[in-house]
This record gives sequence, structure tokens and C-alpha cells, in this order.
Amino acid sequence: MVRRRFAAAGALVAAAALVLSGCANQSGSGPAQTSAAPAPAQPNNAVLPAGDGQGRCAPGTSIAYVGTLAGQNAALGQAIANATELAVNQHNQANAGCQVTLVKADSGGTPDTAVGPTQAVINNQAVLGIVGLPFSGESKAVGPALNAAGLVNITPSATNPGLTQNGWTNFFRGLGNDAVQGPAAAKWMQGKFNPQKICVIKDDSDYGIGLATAVSQALGPQVASCQGDVKTNQKEFSATVGQIQQAAPQAIFYAGYYTEAAPLIQQLRDAGVQTPFVAPDGVKDEQYVVNAAGAANGSFLTCPCVPQEGFTAFTQAYQQAYNTPPQTYSAEAYDAATILLQGIDKGANSRPALLNFVKSYNGQGLTKKFQWQPNGELTDTPVYVYRVDGDKIVTDSPISG
Amino acid sequence: MFLDRFWANTINGLSYGSIYALVALGYTLVYGVLQLINFAHSEIFVIGVFGVYFTFLALGFQPGQTPNVPLAGIIANLVLAGAVGMILAGVAAVILERVAYRPLRKRNAPRLAFLITAIGASFVIQQVFRITRGSNPEGTIRLLPPEPVFRIFGAPVTNLQIIIIVAALALFVIADTFVNRTRLGRGVRAVAQDPATATLMGVNRERVIMITFLLGGLLAGAAALFYLMTIPQGAVFNGGFLLGIKAFAAAVLGGIGNLRGALLGGLILGIAENYGQSLFGGDWRDVVAFVLLVGVLMFRPTGILGESLGKARV
Repeated sequence: MVRRRFAAAGALVAAAALVLSGCANQSGSGPAQTSAAPAPAQPNNAVLPAGDGQGRCAPGTSIAYVGTLAGQNAALGQAIANATELAVNQHNQANAGCQVTLVKADSGGTPDTAVGPTQAVINNQAVLGIVGLPFSGESKAVGPALNAAGLVNITPSATNPGLTQNGWTNFFRGLGNDAVQGPAAAKWMQGKFNPQKICVIKDDSDYGIGLATAVSQALGPQVASCQGDVKTNQKEFSATVGQIQQAAPQAIFYAGYYTEAAPLIQQLRDAGVQTPFVAPDGVKDEQYVVNAAGAANGSFLTCPCVPQEGFTAFTQAYQQAYNTPPQTYSAEAYDAATILLQGIDKGANSRPALLNFVKSYNGQGLTKKFQWQPNGELTDTPVYVYRVDGDKIVTDSPISG
Repeated sequence: MFLDRFWANTINGLSYGSIYALVALGYTLVYGVLQLINFAHSEIFVIGVFGVYFTFLALGFQPGQTPNVPLAGIIANLVLAGAVGMILAGVAAVILERVAYRPLRKRNAPRLAFLITAIGASFVIQQVFRITRGSNPEGTIRLLPPEPVFRIFGAPVTNLQIIIIVAALALFVIADTFVNRTRLGRGVRAVAQDPATATLMGVNRERVIMITFLLGGLLAGAAALFYLMTIPQGAVFNGGFLLGIKAFAAAVLGGIGNLRGALLGGLILGIAENYGQSLFGGDWRDVVAFVLLVGVLMFRPTGILGESLGKARV
């Protein structure tokens, strides 16, 4: 009898231990956490492209998407172009009195290819505002021309901090810049890995250099003592892999785009380097996961973009229209297009009028509250961490201010 | 850092250099016969890469995790894909020659016209891939992940590197024997040395040119398989650009028009750029390669082994 009770007690203890260990696993990085992803739902007061359905505008009124469609890192651009198109279509469906045309211009994604297509859009007087350009380098290249034309442009993804320091009055950024993302990523890595040393690897783009500088500064020279460089279109990274093997850091931060990140992570894992890999928004794309062929699993991705899976009405409409779920910055682009369309609906029938409308805009979007400082930076800039889990990019956690 | 990774860099350089060497052979062969720098050869290589990739797709492999296939199956699939890549690249090279160069030759166009046509053909093929396949790399299909087999002074040598170096050397020996020991090869050398006399002696010049392009294409197709095995993300429209320039540099380094020079140049270039990026950092890789080229040409303007396909050694 005594023995039996003892056994029962033992079983109880064992069960409790199992439950406890189960909990402990859950608070780690197990896949069980996926379902509890802290993705925000659509805010109740979010402004949508449809507006109130009472929009009136002149026939032929246009907005434009300028950015990569087939060029460098095209997947990011297509996700933005699609979301812009979706917003315009929804707007036109709801507002019979205002049919807005979307002009798509392929910038090629690089500074030297972007100037021509942008000039063509500037010359098209029907275009009142631009969603774009997606990348920092090209934005910098075409900024002076757009500013001279007084053509309002809201970038849904260009995050180089320098872009708002040129005195351009027409440039608005629809998300936090790298000066926000960099320190946030650094802070998160410090909390997560308690690092003695982090290798900061950057590519040769404006984006990568700016972000790597911001991250390194926030980490401090002691922790970020290991610095590496790669080049756009590089595919063979044995030197970088060797450098990381020698340095033996607690984490790797890669400042660049997915095209190079995918072979880099694959070659790192092939060489037996299992160090946690953290990368920014430029890597947060399905292409990264596909091209790394399994090696991407376990990577962490920081992004000033807001998780979209909670915005069910938007994600369903996007899925239906393009047969793929929305990608990084789709929701930001949707918000940016919505703001331009709102302005047109509210009677802004010229470039200066739309520019003024955006300047004084204050409204809730899907992703965040949109209100700009005089320099074109948002007042509210959330940053999130995502991770690759089972060949999918899932939401990990928000980085608190 | 440099000394620690000396052997790792050497092995890596040899394996990458073998790929350069195979592509460089194509430049060298065509130059030897036509004195033409076939800038579109890098796109012939890309055609080979896509040929290999589409064969993988046709064999039922999907982008993503490495599939679980027994070793014999892997070898069979790789050989099949390599054969398709070689044939496609070879045929493409012959077609390129027919469409782009032969009409010019018939009209006795100046050499500059060939060069511009070559650059134009290169752009056309590149953009066809960009328009039809987009500018994202094709999803990664990798049949054989690299695994260390043995170590040389602590540096791991992977199965991929062994396969690539051995197969590239074997292909080189076959190509070299073909040019130096067979009747067709003698024709190639005769045309390279003196086209007019060779024609008078009954050598069919057009056929020799076709064979030259075919051989260069076949070798580029084999290089494409090895490249895609090393860099599974390599199937992209502009994937041949830098590699083509490097291979051309390798051909010049070894002595353009010279088969053995192309092999030597490729291997030296591969090793040198690996040492260079280890010494100066990854972004100096290409600089080191071309500084080496300039340095060698200053002292040996015809390359390390000199231009010799034309010099008959019967």
C-alpha cells in the first residue's frame, strides 16, 4: 500500500516534470511557439483604400509605382508593386467617381538604372504621387529630380537614414529607418545572445553600409570587433566563412540583401559554422529561404515592417489577386498607396496639393499610425524580429522601444 | 589568418580555378582559330547552367532541402544533367557561330565588327534569360552537399572539390589530346596557323570553326555543372558575367590561344584570388585577380606559356 502510494507520487512528480520541461521548451525557440506569434490585428480605425466611396477626381489622374520589377532583388519590388496595385483596384471599385490609373515604372533597382524611368514618370503630368522607390541607393540617385519636380514620394522600404537629411521636401518614409532598426537589432542581439563578440558583415550597398554602421555603433567597438565585407552579386564566400570561423563570435549580423545572404548562410552551415545568423529586412524574403535550401532555418530577421498575418482582409485580398501571400513591405506599400489615394479623393488635384496633404497627414494605417516629422521621418516606428522556422518566415517578437 | 587558411585557400582555389580553366579553354580555342574574343562565351556557359538546372527539374527534383537519394542515383543524375548541359551549351555555341559570326565572315567584316557582335550576342542571350526567367536566382537544387573526405595539413578537402578537380583535369586531357593527337585536331591547328594555306591543303575551314565552337561549348557546359554543384544559387541570368571575365583573364594569363596556358591560367587565377581575399578581405578578390593579370602581362605580354595554338608542333 505504501509502496503503491509512493509509486503514484513518483508518477505525479514525473508528470509535473514533463509538463514543466514542456513549458521550458516552449519558452525557447521550439516550433510550438509559432501559433502564438504576436502579430497585431487590423486596427479598427485603419484607413483603407476604398475610403468613403465619395471620391471625385479628374479622369486620367494617376499615381505611380517606381521601383524594381525585373531587376536586382526583384522579389521585394514586386511585393510592393502588387500591394500598390491592389490598393488602387480596391479604391477604383469603391469610388465610381474617381478612377485612378497606376503607372508602373521599372527602375531596375540600382542607382544607375533608376534615373531614366523616374524621369519618364516626372514628365508624365498626370502622375500626382509615387509609391517608391524601394531601395536606398536608387532613392538617393533620383531624389534631387523628384524634389525639383515637387512630386510627393512615399517609400515603403528604403531605410538608409541619410535619405531624409538632404533637405528634400517631397520625400516621406513609410517605416522606421536603419538608425532605428540598427540599434533595435543590436539591443535585441545583446539581450538574446549576451555576446562577447558579434561579426558584422556588410555588402557594398548604401543600405548595407548604413545599417552595419548603425549596428556596430550600438554594439560598441568591443563587441563589433569582427567586421567583414562582401560584394553585390558575390556568390562564393570562403573568405568570409574563414574569417568568421577564426573569430568564433556568438552571433553574425549580415547587413545586406537576400541575393547574397542565401549562399552565404548555406556556405556557413556547410562549413560547420552553427553561429546564430541575424539579418535585416533586405533579407526577409521567401527567396532567402528558398535559395538557402534549408540552411536558412534558425536565422533571425529584424525588420521595421509590421507582421501582416493579422491583417486578414488585406492578406486574403492579396492572396486572391496574386496567388501568393503578401511579402515584406506589401502592407507598408498598401498604406502608402492608401494615403495618396485619400488625398486624391479629398480633392488634391495637383502635385503641390497632394504634397501638402501628405505633409499634414495624420491617420491610422494597417501597419502603424502615419504622421510625419518635417524631415519626412515617421513619428511612430515599430521594429519586429522574425525567424525562419520549418522553411517559413514567422513572427518572433516585437522589439520594445 | 592567411597562414592558418593557406591550405584551405589553395584547395578552394584549385577547385574554383578548374571551373575557370574549363571556361577559359573555350575562349582560347576560338581565339586560336579565329583571333576572335568570343565575349558571348560567358552566356554559352549560362546556357549550360540553365540546361543543368532544368534537367534537375525534369528529373523531378524540387528547390529546397537536399533530397535523399542513394549515391548511385546522385551520380547518375549528375552525369545526366552534365551531359544535357554540355550538349545544350555545345549546340548553342555552334548556333551562335552560325547566326552571329559566319555572316560577318562571309562579308569579310573587319575584326572590330566581330567584337561588337560578340558583345551584342552576349547581351541578347543574357536578356532572354532575364525576361523569361526573371532576375531572381532559380531556387536552389543541390543533390550533393559538400562533406570533408580527408584533410591536407588540417584543411578539409570535400567530395565536391575532389570531383571537380579530377573531372576538370580529365576533360582537359581529353581536349588536349583531341587537338594535339587527332586528325580533326590537326585541322584545327592548321587553320589556327595559316587559314589560307590550310584551305588550299584541303582543310575545310568552316567545319574546323564549327568543331572549335562545339568543343568550347561542351567544356563550358561541363564547367556549368561543376559551378552549379559548388554554387547552387548560380542559375541566374547574369551569373556568367564575372565568371566569364575571370575565365577570359585566365586565358590571357596563361597565353591566349594556348590550351595548356588556359588550364594553368585558370588554376593560378583561382588560387591567387583566394590568397588575395584571405590577405586583404573578400572585397579585394577581383582586384587581386586582375592586378595579377596586369603584373604578368607587363613582363610576359603573351602570357605565361605564350600564344601557341597556331605554332605547329606535329
